[in-house]
Amino acid sequence: MKRGISEVSHNLWPVASDAPSGAPGRAGPRRDGCGSGGAGSTSRELPFAGSDSEKASGPSPERIEHLERLALVDFRNREGVARLQAAIEFAGQLRAVDTDGVAPMASVLEDRCLYLRADDVVEGSCAEALLQNSQQTVEEYFVPPPGNITLPKQSEQGPVPKS
Amino acid sequence: MLKGYIPPYNATVVQKLLDQGAVLLGKTNLDEFAMGSGSTDGIFGPVRNPWSYSKQYREKRKQSHHRADEDSNWLITGGSSGGSAAAVSAFTCFAALGSDTGGSTRNPAALCGLVGLKPTYGLVSRYGLIPLVNSMDVPGILTRCVDDAAIVLGVLAGHDPKDSTTTQDPVGPFILPILRDVSKLCIGIPKEYNVPELSSEMQAFWSKAADLFASKGAKVVEVSLPHTSYSIVCYHVLCTAEVASNMARFDGLEYGHRCNVNVSTEAMYAATRREGFNDVVRGRILSGNFFLLRENYDDYFVKAQKVRRLIANDFVKVFNSGVDVLLTPTTLSDAVPYLEFIKEDNRTRSAQDDIFTQSVNMAGLPAVNVPMALSSQGLPVGLQLIGRAFSDQQLLTVAKWFEEQVQFPVIQLQELVDNCPTFSQHEKLGLVSLKR
Repeated sequence: MKRGISEVSHNLWPVASDAPSGAPGRAGPRRDGCGSGGAGSTSRELPFAGSDSEKASGPSPERIEHLERLALVDFRNREGVARLQAAIEFAGQLRAVDTDGVAPMASVLEDRCLYLRADDVVEGSCAEALLQNSQQTVEEYFVPPPGNITLPKQSEQGPVPKS
Repeated sequence: MLKGYIPPYNATVVQKLLDQGAVLLGKTNLDEFAMGSGSTDGIFGPVRNPWSYSKQYREKRKQSHHRADEDSNWLITGGSSGGSAAAVSAFTCFAALGSDTGGSTRNPAALCGLVGLKPTYGLVSRYGLIPLVNSMDVPGILTRCVDDAAIVLGVLAGHDPKDSTTTQDPVGPFILPILRDVSKLCIGIPKEYNVPELSSEMQAFWSKAADLFASKGAKVVEVSLPHTSYSIVCYHVLCTAEVASNMARFDGLEYGHRCNVNVSTEAMYAATRREGFNDVVRGRILSGNFFLLRENYDDYFVKAQKVRRLIANDFVKVFNSGVDVLLTPTTLSDAVPYLEFIKEDNRTRSAQDDIFTQSVNMAGLPAVNVPMALSSQGLPVGLQLIGRAFSDQQLLTVAKWFEEQVQFPVIQLQELVDNCPTFSQHEKLGLVSLKR
């Protein structure tokens, strides 16, 4: 696998780490990602530039770590990395499709009005039922461990651990 | 991830059935978070196809000199709603609900000899359905005959204020007329669905079905859906991207599994999700996050959305050219043994098995698997009918006609036959489950 930032396109280090979630659905917990805040991604004139170099060598360990921090799932073993590599290659087939002048489609119901309900409370007051599903609660609070502590960087730990 | 979770509310589709007096018999097994096409990747283990134990299958096995009572070579149900399919197929219940995002209701329906209906996106409420791909998911209906599916659809369809993606237009009723004359019907056969991986037996059944329509006076034409070959890749990107977002809610804090790590919130989330999700789910989340990275967003996610429009437009063009219903295979072949199926990983299998069902979800159209006949192995094969958006009633009417024509046999389960001597007199029972 390639190592070292200088060998990899600067496109791999975006300024902010938030992955835009294109789908409706509750946003995940906020996190600050890499922490190192590398060089901003300034050029878009090379589509797939990042993935071309990645295609050749597979996603870099920095990339894997970045994704893991965003997703908060770890999959750093060889099998996981291979899976990701295969998924990226598979998705590369989309390049072959000519989509000039085609607008993206987010929903098949795009030509209909979607109505919102009136902002009136019609049900709820079931705090007890909801709290019962949680493993740690105090009175009417869900209790997480302390926040504002970022995950420790794993990249210093060296080669990919065995699966 | 949902260990110990007891939902504090009912999904709209469940509530509607309960309100009509349905008796809930239980919850069924599936691939974890509906990711898979075999129902082999769930925490409760893989699902067995009841047809593995059928007289029809076992007799064929004996004929080809295999041991008929081999228990280790049981067959998969297909997936991801395999548990629901197994339950209905084995006469455990009248009907079962599944979900359909890429074919997860139609696939097991085909392998278990059932009617598997994917309603039009927007017809049935998704409130209470754990979202996989919000813009493609629908609740699916599994029954033994088309009339039963229509009954269930009649209960479930309609606007739900709790799901703003349900249509406000009036729907139904879904009482199916008996179609006597198909001469005004135009059946489309998409040529791109004739893939090399399609088994020759399935191909023959598909031809036979087309000929059946033609022989009864329907117009049968070849049509083209040119972007079919890209639907799996497109789905791969859109699905993983939406999964990455939708799975973010599972953090162990408010419900479900929670690990013992208490160092920090992030560490707790990460460990909980590592323990709670299987490899398939984690793989998809990671891929999805990759495609959603700022520098990849346009090239992968937006690109896939554009390809989606092309796929949806293919269908619109075909239906606008006078075709009423499309006729395609549902699966590549009949059910395969579990030991055979697990030789390839989940993503490979899904990519292979979703080929006929997936683009329907892209376009949000209604589609139904209708069991047609038994294969040379004595196992069910089914065909898929696809209709225009919101033409579910017409689609089911055609399906019912087809069902009547092919007279798919009832499963003969050894134990039932042995213990109940009157069973053979009631073979027709399977076709009409509700006598009014």
